[in-house]
Amino acid sequence: MESEETLPIVVEFTGGLEMLFSDERKHRLSVPARDSKGDAVTVGWLVDYLCEEIMKDNRKEMFVLDGHVRPGILVLINDADWELEGEASYALQPNDNILFVSTLHGG
Amino acid sequence: MDQATKSAETLRRQIAATEEELSRLREQLAVIENEEVQNLKGLSLEEGPVTRKWPLELEEYKRYGRQMIVPNIGIQGQLRLKAASVLIVGAGGLGCPAAAYIAGAGVGTIGIVDGDVVETSNLHRQILHSTAKVGMKKVDSAISFLTSLNPNLRYIAHTEHLTPQNAREIVEKYDLVLDCTDHPTSRYLISDICVLLHKPLISASALRTDGQLIILNSPPLPAGDASGGPCYRCVFPKPPPAESVVSCGDGGILGPVVGTMGVLQALEAVKLITAGKLRAAEGEKAAEASMLLFSANSNPPFRSVRLRARRPKCFACSAEGGLTLESLSSGSLDYVLFCGVTAPVKILRPEERIEASEYEKIMEERKGKEHLLVDVREKVQFDICSIKGSINVPFSTVQGSRALAPQGEKPPWIPESLAPDAPIYFVCRLGNDSQVVARKLKESGLDKEGRYIGDIKDGLKAWKEQVDSSWPEY
Repeated sequence: MESEETLPIVVEFTGGLEMLFSDERKHRLSVPARDSKGDAVTVGWLVDYLCEEIMKDNRKEMFVLDGHVRPGILVLINDADWELEGEASYALQPNDNILFVSTLHGG
Repeated sequence: MDQATKSAETLRRQIAATEEELSRLREQLAVIENEEVQNLKGLSLEEGPVTRKWPLELEEYKRYGRQMIVPNIGIQGQLRLKAASVLIVGAGGLGCPAAAYIAGAGVGTIGIVDGDVVETSNLHRQILHSTAKVGMKKVDSAISFLTSLNPNLRYIAHTEHLTPQNAREIVEKYDLVLDCTDHPTSRYLISDICVLLHKPLISASALRTDGQLIILNSPPLPAGDASGGPCYRCVFPKPPPAESVVSCGDGGILGPVVGTMGVLQALEAVKLITAGKLRAAEGEKAAEASMLLFSANSNPPFRSVRLRARRPKCFACSAEGGLTLESLSSGSLDYVLFCGVTAPVKILRPEERIEASEYEKIMEERKGKEHLLVDVREKVQFDICSIKGSINVPFSTVQGSRALAPQGEKPPWIPESLAPDAPIYFVCRLGNDSQVVARKLKESGLDKEGRYIGDIKDGLKAWKEQVDSSWPEY
């Protein structure tokens, strides 16, 4: 029964990452509250989920490289660097805003 | 035909003569502009009082009055601006607006670093340059504009790119650095030298309709002092893979977007200088670091996000880091190697590629019926110009697999009427993406009935050089 529990969250992409996600910057998602082991889902879990379920583009390496979010992408949990919030192990809360920012270099 | 050749020759000669005339006029203009500047300087000196009663020249009270009466600026802020020196690295889309406002505000010494020359494709956003200055060094062009805007200041031209070898000598003379460059290699180099020389750094970047702004190493405390502000390496310890780095030339850029970011850099510079924050105050601790994100098409367009503090094991600004002035200037830190280079795409074998001129022959011989030319540029580019008879299958749709059929099936964009053995040629802007797509289609088995699949070497650039000089290169 617990597998039916879901979490409403907002996932946003900017700096060009939106191109990997159907050119949509803002995704309102309802994600499972627990992973396959029955644990509360984390941001790390969300990254895999986005890759498998949401991303239509086949350039996965532009988002995840060697099992980690690719260098040059900042992950922000409710507008704070995820390093301030426990990084990948941060447990998702209802209505969290997760923002992925690709750094720009042009000038 | 003879008549046409003759007129073309006449036109070519006329163009050459006009270009010569243009360059002569440019030289004349530069001389006159220089004289004007000298005259202006002379005037302001003559009119100034001989015995100084006030800390600024009379003209300066008028010039800066509107900003001096803003609370928190005042005469003290203005004197701080006059005493300050700012280095602007990059005289492009960020550096131009930043420099204009910094000069307008009366920062006493302004240095500009750039090794490039002005190109026509810069002009929609690099507002210090002008049509008549195409071909001129960007730094000289910028300083000539700034001098006419505000002749009271000292401008220092560094007409070369910042390198690990020259970075110390150039940067050490200044109080504050603005990173207005356009590549990760220069961004890491500028951050490193700012950490080593204890300079605060205002860094901005822009692409398409997005911009980013961060204030780094502020306060600029020595490496190992956790009270100092984070550096670029604290925020981005690892550089992005080279193939993920998109330049303005490839991705596009809106002038007002990059302009907004450059103006914000100038604003942050004025704030830091007038608040007396160029150096750390006794016991000062960095405020929470943040990054400002700008997206022209988002609502709201501005968003500020909180960043981490100095990274305890940062290579540059921690006590454990390996960065030293010696390691930097000796060249033992290879920024190009660190950030990686995109090797030229070499996916197709020579026999899988044809010259643009060869394709022109094929086009004439086959009358467009028994072959297909597929242009893999994005639609916005295809709409600007395309080779007659070509069809558009954007690279991004191929990457997203949307344009590829399941193994063994024919993709939907291949016309029914095309014979199974009719050759398919791919073309793009420079001949890189076309190779990727040609290889993908070969792998999907599209050439199993013996059809030729290849690309046009060097893409539409070669088409212009070899076939159609009237091609509108953008």
